[in-house]
Amino acid sequence: MPEVTPQFAIRVKELVVGFGTHVVIDHLSLDVRRGEILGLVGASGGGKSVLMRTIIGLIPRQSGEIEVMDSAIDGSRDRVTRNVAGRWGILFQQGALFSSLTVRQNIQFPLRENLVLSDALMDEIATAKLEMVGLKPEDGDKFPSELSGGMTKRVALARALALDPAIVFLDEPTSGLDPIAAGDFDVLIKTLQKTLGLTVFMVTHDLASLNTVCDRVAALADGKIVAIGPMRDLLQSEHPWVRAYFHGKRSLMLQPKAS
Amino acid sequence: MATAPQLTATASGDVLELRPAGSWTAANVATLEPLASAVTAQLDRSKTLRLDMAGVRELDTLGAWLLEKMSRRAISAGHRADVVGIADDYAGLIDEVRQVNRHNPAPAPAPNAVVVNVGEIGRSAIGATDDVAAFLQMLGSLFLTIFGVLRRPRSLRLTSLFYQLHRVGWQAIPIVVLITFLIGAIIAQQGIFHFRKFGADSYVVDMVGILVLRELGVLIVAIMVAGRSGSAYTAELGSMKMREEIDALSTMGLDPVEVLILPRVIALVCALPILTFIGSMAALYGGGLVAWFYGGMGPAIFIARLHDAVSVTSFEVGMINAPFMALVIGIVACSEGLRVKGSAESLGKRTTTSVVKSIFLVIVLDGLFAIFFASIGM
Repeated sequence: MPEVTPQFAIRVKELVVGFGTHVVIDHLSLDVRRGEILGLVGASGGGKSVLMRTIIGLIPRQSGEIEVMDSAIDGSRDRVTRNVAGRWGILFQQGALFSSLTVRQNIQFPLRENLVLSDALMDEIATAKLEMVGLKPEDGDKFPSELSGGMTKRVALARALALDPAIVFLDEPTSGLDPIAAGDFDVLIKTLQKTLGLTVFMVTHDLASLNTVCDRVAALADGKIVAIGPMRDLLQSEHPWVRAYFHGKRSLMLQPKAS
Repeated sequence: MATAPQLTATASGDVLELRPAGSWTAANVATLEPLASAVTAQLDRSKTLRLDMAGVRELDTLGAWLLEKMSRRAISAGHRADVVGIADDYAGLIDEVRQVNRHNPAPAPAPNAVVVNVGEIGRSAIGATDDVAAFLQMLGSLFLTIFGVLRRPRSLRLTSLFYQLHRVGWQAIPIVVLITFLIGAIIAQQGIFHFRKFGADSYVVDMVGILVLRELGVLIVAIMVAGRSGSAYTAELGSMKMREEIDALSTMGLDPVEVLILPRVIALVCALPILTFIGSMAALYGGGLVAWFYGGMGPAIFIARLHDAVSVTSFEVGMINAPFMALVIGIVACSEGLRVKGSAESLGKRTTTSVVKSIFLVIVLDGLFAIFFASIGM
């Protein structure tokens, strides 16, 4: 019997974020539904990562409201925010694995800090997560500096999923991966999202992952969400930036598939 | 929303029926683990396990794994395990968890403690020769670069050199003056206090003068520079190494030793004698003030006695030391910086090694110079 769950995992209302006089996010509103994979696209330096970091409380905002799983987010040091922090996992662009810990210790870190459990169970959970992201149990003893780019991303994902969060934030999960590894990673995200019932908030430039994994795509331009919806709606959007993004030279390969 | 997890066990004959209920999630692990281990004895006794999951309200990987472990335990003992009542929402998760932890690699055999210790000794011996090799290599490439610069003086990075001089020389003056001033004052105070017992307190001027100019001035300044600037060099070069900036320089056909290391080392070699001079003066000043206010010896007498007590030789001995110490600090700091590997831990380790090693070498060098100057009668 499912509980009465909120319809939206993340709600952002009239958010303004800026540095000095430079406004990056300008009265932005965005709702992320529970259990969906939302892709966020936008120009480089256009505020995608700023938006993500503001939602998770790393960057202070000037005004506006953010609710994650029905609790308001105030600032990184706030107690409410820290409680919510157990409900989300974040995959940073470079992985941000702790370089002095092994892969297994990296995955165990959130468990060890937040829960009281035996070492044996912690090992089993870490191995389970490793296998769920498609790595071998033997990889657990490696150090982050010994991993390839794709493995680093997988380990970072395993760490983000260590506490079984409801929401996962992915910052350019497929950047720096070859197309095969990127495709595998897309499939992995989709599978895990189904098995674990995750809500995924994904910042990406990878048109292929937008097309294959994302349920909805939001386009960020001029500090606002200018278009949001399934991929085919975005392809028909009239907004000049969105047109340029999806109908530029590099995006043409998408057209036959999308139509 | 979350309800406390429960596990009801009903044994009838050979059949054990387990009914987990509530939230089997990571947040409740403190309750879940004892619950799960409490039934293991019953689990081993009964021939058939029936796991009825209809009561589970919330389930995540951890809860699913604990339940999976129970049925796996029953199966591995040759018993039957039926899992029923899986909610559709969790079917995928449970299938996934069934796949994991199947083939655990055998743990590596514990190595023999004696072998480990002997190996450790051998490794540190080889490490010591590596250290010497790295030092000599840096010294050699530094001199090669200097010859290159002498042939083409334009290739000396003047901007970088003056910037480094500003950092390790000019900006270091306040702290050097403060510390050496205090050291001079302390030496004078102790000298007066103890010499007074046999009426020799005027000899404190000789002690302060010779000690500061010959040995302590340069030694203390060198130790401070190793801690202040040597560590900064190691950390800078190390993080440049980590971010592949040094590789980028090399690929552009530039020599990292010429661009990065030579200006730093030359700056140190220029700055340390100046700092030593300033530091020695500050120490003498501190000693003089203490002699005046604590020992009652006026400045005129202090200066006159100092004039008799120290010769130019004492001053020269200290100043000749300084550039060599700077060279050692610079070379150790830069070669340690280039030996940083990928991790943040390695950067910290190398920075520590750099400071510890340069202070050690500075003291050894000071001792060698002291013997040398004594034997040539300076």
